[in-house]
Amino acid sequence: MYVELKNINKNFGSFQASKDVSFGIEKGRLVALLGPSGSGKTTILRMIAGLETPTSGDILIDGVRVNDIAPADRGIGFVFQNYALFRYMTVFDNIAFGLKLKKMPAAQIRERVMELLKLTGLEGMEKRFPNQLSGGQRQRVAFARALAPNPSLLLLDEPFAAIDAKVRQELRSWLREMIYKVGITSIFVTHDQDEAVEVADEIIVTNQGRVEQIGTPRQIYKEPQTPFVSEFIGQSAVIPDYYRLRGFESGKGKYTGAIIRPEFVEAFKSDNPHFADLLSFSEEGVIKDILFRGNSLELKIDVDGITLSTFRSLERRPVEIGEKMNVIIYRLFAFDKEKSYLLENENLANSNASPEDMDALIYGDAGYFVSH
Amino acid sequence: MKETQKGSAATRNILIIIAVAFVVIMLVLPLAAVIGNSLRKGFEFYMHAITARYVISALKVTLLATVVAVGVNTFFGMISSWVITKFSFRGKQFLATLIDIPFSISPVIAGLAFIMTFGRLGWAYPILENISRITGMDIQIVFALPGVLLATIFVTFPFVSREIIPVLNAEGKDEEEAAALMGAKGFYIFRKITFPQMKWALVYGIILCAARALGEFGAVAALSKTRGKTFTLPLEIDALYLSGDSDSLVAAFAVSSILVIIAIIVLVLRNIMEYRAKLRAAQK
Repeated sequence: MYVELKNINKNFGSFQASKDVSFGIEKGRLVALLGPSGSGKTTILRMIAGLETPTSGDILIDGVRVNDIAPADRGIGFVFQNYALFRYMTVFDNIAFGLKLKKMPAAQIRERVMELLKLTGLEGMEKRFPNQLSGGQRQRVAFARALAPNPSLLLLDEPFAAIDAKVRQELRSWLREMIYKVGITSIFVTHDQDEAVEVADEIIVTNQGRVEQIGTPRQIYKEPQTPFVSEFIGQSAVIPDYYRLRGFESGKGKYTGAIIRPEFVEAFKSDNPHFADLLSFSEEGVIKDILFRGNSLELKIDVDGITLSTFRSLERRPVEIGEKMNVIIYRLFAFDKEKSYLLENENLANSNASPEDMDALIYGDAGYFVSH
Repeated sequence: MKETQKGSAATRNILIIIAVAFVVIMLVLPLAAVIGNSLRKGFEFYMHAITARYVISALKVTLLATVVAVGVNTFFGMISSWVITKFSFRGKQFLATLIDIPFSISPVIAGLAFIMTFGRLGWAYPILENISRITGMDIQIVFALPGVLLATIFVTFPFVSREIIPVLNAEGKDEEEAAALMGAKGFYIFRKITFPQMKWALVYGIILCAARALGEFGAVAALSKTRGKTFTLPLEIDALYLSGDSDSLVAAFAVSSILVIIAIIVLVLRNIMEYRAKLRAAQK
């Protein structure tokens, strides 16, 4: 483990910002700290950087306990949320700042700064001041400045928060590419799950000062371990009386509720031949609302008093509010107080269809993109 | 449409007339009267009046008090606003409030407070006596130059820090943290990061502080009783005016005109600064 936190607690007065936080990060990984605001993710990042001191517990970087090592001596590059560029210095002086402090000879500083300007695509901008740059360019300067003294760990606090939506998409892939090119272990904080899933190869989900789950984006998405993660990730609706839905009746009394994502729900017209085999497992629902989502429609369907969401391709036959649909819920995440469990639709699971047939039925193209 | 435009134009004109009339009656006419009266007995009398021994002495004391007050308060103001905006510590709010006290206390009370501290009845008087005896120096504070300086410093205390604090608060401490993370130490951070942030506010604060120091009357009046020695210009003007005969009355106006001219210079400087600050803000 390259970075290790062991039983970290942090109090701000009576407020507990971190509660027994422990995790390890391997060298060369790109890790996201994901959680809602106030979940303690930035506090964790700032403690690793040394900008905050943990109340108890140990922080190790490369096997060395760094609790008592000054922030500047931890070999860390830090990208601040609003970049914190030195506004009264040029781009060149911003990037050179850390190098000058290391008493590097001027010629060498110049070489290193030029190298970083080239890497980040900022050539020719070295004489500009931060207020003469766009949001994306500022982020690049912040990135170059953090990397200049050759840190072994890069920390980024909400690196995309200050950038507008369109450029953000572009910068995500840019940053990911850059970090891999440099090959530096990196941790970034975000409250945006799309960002975490897209950029990170490992996600640490935090909530109320605790670590909820650690895993790859796929694990976090497909196998949420706690009620919080299953609700926080994806577009999730909490259904307390999920056991009234067909195929989940036996769950009654075992769990406190369930989370159903739109992609778990299939709604089709009763005369759709592609779903003929599934017709007997479905139940009836009525479309209450139709929302246009650009690349798809989101249907709100009332099934026996429970409102479910599902996406519908624009290529399929048109539907209207009040229309009766046949609805199947493939699976859901049931949860009790501490854990989250994946429940498959019992009727489907017990049907005599082979697994291959089931896959074809549920995920195959035939099931989705039909135009009649 | 036309009607409402006409109506709003009338409102605008009336408001402009009220504002201009108010400024003219309240400020411009009285100040013009000062200049006019000062020249009533001719330019030669004017020159004679402003080069009188007492006036020169008062001008020296005033300038000295202003320079010292600006120097001390600039130094203190920079440190206190740096501490208040960039660090968190217990009692920070309290310190910020204390700094503002001279704004809300009458200057005369400030003067009396120094008399009660360093005067014959004050708690610090025996200490001063002892120091004087040991060192062989005759240290006087009240009714002497140090008292005048202390009083001026007291009343101009908050001007510099009050200008800097909002600016530094708006800039946040991210840049300092970033610099510290890269290994920069306290004074280097101040020189490279914090000082450039506060530079214009500081200049502005110094101008205001100087203007206030030049014109201070109440606090100094309580502590300064010797004409030609510890009197400042406002006190000298008051003395000339109160002495009654027509010559010294005109002389009072002549001396006043010096302060008016200095005030106008300060005003112009201030507006130049404001203009430059606006230009800078527009660039962002």
